[in-house]
Amino acid sequence: MLQERIADLSKYVEPDRVRREVYVDPGIFELEMQRIHERYWIYCGHESQVPKPGDYYTVQIGRQPMLMVRGKDRKVHVLYNRCPHRGNMMCGDRNGNTGEFFRCSYHAWTFHHDGRLRTIPMMESGYSGTRFGPDNPDCSMKKAARVESYRGFVFASLAEDGPTLLEFLGEAKIAFDDMCDRAPEGEVEIVPNCFRVIQRSNWKIFLENQLDALHPSVTHQSTGRAAHEVEKEIAKKAKKGEAPLSYHMLSAFATVTIDKWDAFQTLNYPYGHCILTGYMGLRPQDPDTLAYDKVMIKAYGKKRFEEIVGVNIHHVLIYPGLSVQSPLQQLRAVRPLGVDRTLTEIWHFRLKGAPEPIYRRSLAYYNLVNSPSTLVNADDLENFWKCQQGLKSEGGDWVTFGRHFGRDSEKAGVVETGPNMGTSEAPMRNQMKAWAEYMGNGR
Amino acid sequence: MKKNDVQHAVEQFLYQQADLLDTKKWQEYVDLFAADGVYWVPADPAHTTWDGMPAIFAEDKNLMTVRMKRVLHPDAWSQRPAWGTNHVVSNVRIDKVAKNGDVQASSRFHMMEMRRDDVRHFAGSYTHHLKKTKGGYRIKLQRVDMTNAQAAYDYVLQVWV
Repeated sequence: MLQERIADLSKYVEPDRVRREVYVDPGIFELEMQRIHERYWIYCGHESQVPKPGDYYTVQIGRQPMLMVRGKDRKVHVLYNRCPHRGNMMCGDRNGNTGEFFRCSYHAWTFHHDGRLRTIPMMESGYSGTRFGPDNPDCSMKKAARVESYRGFVFASLAEDGPTLLEFLGEAKIAFDDMCDRAPEGEVEIVPNCFRVIQRSNWKIFLENQLDALHPSVTHQSTGRAAHEVEKEIAKKAKKGEAPLSYHMLSAFATVTIDKWDAFQTLNYPYGHCILTGYMGLRPQDPDTLAYDKVMIKAYGKKRFEEIVGVNIHHVLIYPGLSVQSPLQQLRAVRPLGVDRTLTEIWHFRLKGAPEPIYRRSLAYYNLVNSPSTLVNADDLENFWKCQQGLKSEGGDWVTFGRHFGRDSEKAGVVETGPNMGTSEAPMRNQMKAWAEYMGNGR
Repeated sequence: MKKNDVQHAVEQFLYQQADLLDTKKWQEYVDLFAADGVYWVPADPAHTTWDGMPAIFAEDKNLMTVRMKRVLHPDAWSQRPAWGTNHVVSNVRIDKVAKNGDVQASSRFHMMEMRRDDVRHFAGSYTHHLKKTKGGYRIKLQRVDMTNAQAAYDYVLQVWV
């Protein structure tokens, strides 16, 4: 049955619309895991999550439970979280330190941090003359086919072939450049806290929402208004006459009215990656920002500093599962759990060498927008659930992405929205075009 | 105040606070906090301060007011349908009583939430730092340590626990 569908997949995607089955068919979901998530570069974590040898984090790549571990050789390895003996999961905790080596809880096989078999109890007497033992690679923990990192952000691919990480990221690598360059020391450090929120919807619905500039003033109106009212009250009472910047981040959902979002622009790249420009006016002139500017100018010189803070990015989406808000050092990794269930893992970072108030800005956004008590994403999640429910309906076959269709400009594979067309559905068209290419590219 | 009177007064205060949540009397709930009061749900039980740390909630009265106004806004989509909750508060212990009558108290809670056809449970401990005023206790700091704080959240939390 799957085979019959494979031949048909091209018919599911048209340039300005896609069929609803793409979001609700469990068979298509299985194929997506095989052909996209378990083949291309998936974000595992940041190197600073595992500073010491033996430190590990578990991570899901497609349907595969994996481990990201720091070895004694200081290298970061990505392994299948599985003992080759009887298939036991190796690490049952979400994260921890495995010590000098991995040790299976079932029969005490032990493995080096890079997955190589170390010992088996009574190995000589138990296995001499069999085809199992240290010389058989099948007796080691299996490694991800390829692991690469860029500026501390670790990715793995479970396929031997395919583009390198940098070829894959292309222009979207600016997510990491923009984040790290904003640090006076040129690096970021993870804040070791992960908020995990489950969405009752297909993973693609979240990705499509990330660069949907039409939705914020509709979806988040209530929070925008509420924050704006309180912001005005605080400003009235305060001597300096201004509420903390965090209120501005929230009130922007009401003050940046629906028509103003057209002033933004999206840049759409091969493999489905997209950039949304615009920065909610976050280059203020308050004392904290000015103090930070000073440190940055000292680190980089005036010219380079202007280039760095002039980068105009709101969001970068790295298909198929990473959303980065580099100016606020926020990162959301998307882990599909099933056709209608998706886990988001939400992290934030510290700019190394930046004054504390700059971290507080990132933290405020993390707590207010990205925590499990979010004042913002609650309404997104409600919409995602409703989308998933509606797409089960046979009341229509198609999801449409027609806004400003035919008005995009394309240069060397990069699709740019035209002037005053920021609400264009070009990012969704671009994602589904990439999706069709990934899915047509079967093993 | 005698020891038993303090125990009784604190218990009544905690029951009233829980009832304001379950009956959705948001303004009265916010009014239980002192002017500089903070509602805090740490992201990690090891955290000893809310200030400058990732937190599930870390709200002063201004932020609590934003949350209240948002919940009351007719276009707060995620509030439709609204949810129902039931809090049970128990195991109330008085940890400290200061000379001026300020109290630190610990308790345990269990909250059941119903939204559409889904039931969720949140449970854990409250630590209240209460300031004694003429109008009764006011909360300087409420720390909420949920047993399931680190679990993945199936959907999010809309208001205070």
